[in-house]
Amino acid sequence: MPNNKKMYDKGKVVAGLCIFVVLITFPFWFNLGKAAPVPEPKLSDKAKAAKECVMPKAYMKAEHMQILNEWRDTVVRDAKRIYTNPSGKKFNMSLSNTCLDCHTEKAEFCDACHNYASVTPYCWDCHIDPKEAK
Amino acid sequence: MKSSRRRFLKIAGISALGLGTKPVLDVMASSGEMAAPKTTKGENALVAQRWGMIIDTRKLQSEEDLEPMIEICDKIHNVPKFENKNHEVKWLWEEEFKHVFPMQEQDFLGYRLKHMSFLTLCNHCEKAPCVRVCPTKATFKREDGIVLMDFHRCIGCRFCMAACPYGSRSFNFRDPRPFIKETNPDFPTRTKGVVEKCNFCAERLAVGKIPACVEVSKGALTFGDLDDPESEVRKVLRNNYTIRRKPALGTGPSVFYIV
Amino acid sequence: MLEKALTGTKKYYGWMAALLAVIGVGFACYLWQFQFGLGITGMSRDVSWGFYIAQFTFLVGVAASAVMVVLPYYLHNYKAFGRITILGEFLAVASVTMCILFIFVDLGQPTRVMNVLLHPTPNSILFWDMIVLNGYLFLNIIIGWKVLEAERNDVAPAGWLKPLIYLSIPWAVSIHTVTAYLYCGLPGRGFWLTAILAPRFLSSAFAAGPALLILLCMIVRKLTKFDPGKEQIQSLAKVVAYAITVNVFFFLCEVFVVFYSNIPEHMDHIKYLFVGLHGHGVLVPWMWASMILMVVSIILLVNPVTRKNETVLVVACITVFIGTWIDKGLGMISGGFVPNPLHHVNEYVPTLPEILIAIAIWAIGFLILTALFKIAVTIKEEVAGLA
Repeated sequence: MPNNKKMYDKGKVVAGLCIFVVLITFPFWFNLGKAAPVPEPKLSDKAKAAKECVMPKAYMKAEHMQILNEWRDTVVRDAKRIYTNPSGKKFNMSLSNTCLDCHTEKAEFCDACHNYASVTPYCWDCHIDPKEAK
Repeated sequence: MKSSRRRFLKIAGISALGLGTKPVLDVMASSGEMAAPKTTKGENALVAQRWGMIIDTRKLQSEEDLEPMIEICDKIHNVPKFENKNHEVKWLWEEEFKHVFPMQEQDFLGYRLKHMSFLTLCNHCEKAPCVRVCPTKATFKREDGIVLMDFHRCIGCRFCMAACPYGSRSFNFRDPRPFIKETNPDFPTRTKGVVEKCNFCAERLAVGKIPACVEVSKGALTFGDLDDPESEVRKVLRNNYTIRRKPALGTGPSVFYIV
Repeated sequence: MLEKALTGTKKYYGWMAALLAVIGVGFACYLWQFQFGLGITGMSRDVSWGFYIAQFTFLVGVAASAVMVVLPYYLHNYKAFGRITILGEFLAVASVTMCILFIFVDLGQPTRVMNVLLHPTPNSILFWDMIVLNGYLFLNIIIGWKVLEAERNDVAPAGWLKPLIYLSIPWAVSIHTVTAYLYCGLPGRGFWLTAILAPRFLSSAFAAGPALLILLCMIVRKLTKFDPGKEQIQSLAKVVAYAITVNVFFFLCEVFVVFYSNIPEHMDHIKYLFVGLHGHGVLVPWMWASMILMVVSIILLVNPVTRKNETVLVVACITVFIGTWIDKGLGMISGGFVPNPLHHVNEYVPTLPEILIAIAIWAIGFLILTALFKIAVTIKEEVAGLA
């Protein structure tokens, strides 16, 4: 086996590396300066009137997906459907019938942020936006 | 709460694997400051040790007697209607005697039994083979005996369909939504790639209602706690000769037939 | 050593490119299936497992058969097989990879596959199947690779490999046993509900796998300077001969039990496969073809005159492979689902996209196999001073 430090096909290797770097950074420079503004989820009148969600706003903002995950496990697997929040208020743990009953505008409340963050929760593959059903 | 402790252990385990525990611990600490939320059953929820059903076929003479039950079940559970027979989804449906009780078929069966339709559904077996084979516990047995599907967890391997000796399970070979005539927003539809079946109306029991098919059966179906000697189902079982599907397999069906 | 797979003749590149093209077509079909659902296949409510799971079952056998070269060499010190153990192990690697892919494409919700690890369920045989298949894959990659490396460097294999090699022997048996347990523990499926299912799976595996290995050895001999050896091929041929005989014997045992006991739930499936049931019988010609192929191969392989003739041996090995493939890759799964538990007869025929996806997975297997064999053979040539 040859054992010197010479680089073979130097031109090709460097050119290849350059193409690789350009390709892998493509999304960054392609979208340069085109960042979409951060959307603000719109509260429906009913949600505004209610003032507070099942948990404080900051918590919901960061943890709503965890709460929903816990809800679905508790409802489906433990057959418990009632959620009592720290201030003693009771809720029926249901995405379609409790969450969307208050947050009536799914498109402006859920989808706006989800689209911006490019997440596609599969909740809606099964759970129904009551508005769409009608 | 059991589920959040499990979650904590999971998160802690993952962070110990190298993500660093600090951010996670911060979150746990901040949520610990609030009083813990509680989860409970609804006040009206119907409870039992082991739910069971008796189908009095003497009161279900014609297909017209069965239709309302099947219709209401399909409607409230968003059961799709596929034209392609391969993709059929069935929760509650009708079959002839020779198909419901294939081992009990005989040449001299009376005319009525031979030609009538029988209600067919998941038996919510005591020792359910589908529960035994599920690799993710997506099919599981609830404390009240109901064999339930967790559609969120199902990976669609269809082992349960091979295991069920009653053909009670259906698979979503494609998105079912375009095939649901009228969607009931109170109950989810299913997504493609998961298995489904009768749930003994778990969503109705939770709010104090008996299963929909029983409600519209005009007394042909009886539903109740098999473990309660004073229950209506036990009374009917005491006073009538009942049979179950494929008893020799040891699955222990919770659905009984008076023939 | 991996670099050996990157250089080769035009023929080698051409073959790999052809495989990639086939994989491309199948991958496109898979994207369609991923988007639409398993409705693009021929599977149904009644026949809920089809071509994919059948291929998986057949290939677990091919993978397990590596033990037929490993065991004589390491346990009985049968030196001749030392030349070809690596080929057996690499064949196992390619086969197990195909098995895992076939399970994956059969899932309705493939993105949730990790739920099997997130919610481990030891009462499910599928959980154990996942463990034994992945374990077997790693065992064979590690053993094959390290032994080959040692051979290349002209040193003895590392001492820690020995226990792994011994472990791989019962492990090979376990993968096919556990796969049989997927089926034979299910109540209400009379066709599979037989304690002899795992032995049947193993016997057909030890016929199909070594038969394929013989064919591969002959291809290697033809295309490269490395000769796996006449004695090796003849020894493998004897393994195939008695495995296929035992396989047919086991099947006849089933036929006796099922028909003499006269239990309809058990008879109906075999009737469906061999004479048709209620006018349905797409598989009837296939099943008879399978039987005839297996019997012909027994005659050709047990008789020393025909077995020792390598041209006849090639024919016999192809016969075994096709015969066992029809038996397991077509009949075994469909046969269990028809008639269904309510005694309805709904037949299953795979669709074109389903077949294309399956062919693509076979192509992936052959791609891996070709690359691994290329590495192994090149090193064997080097060591022998032929390169």
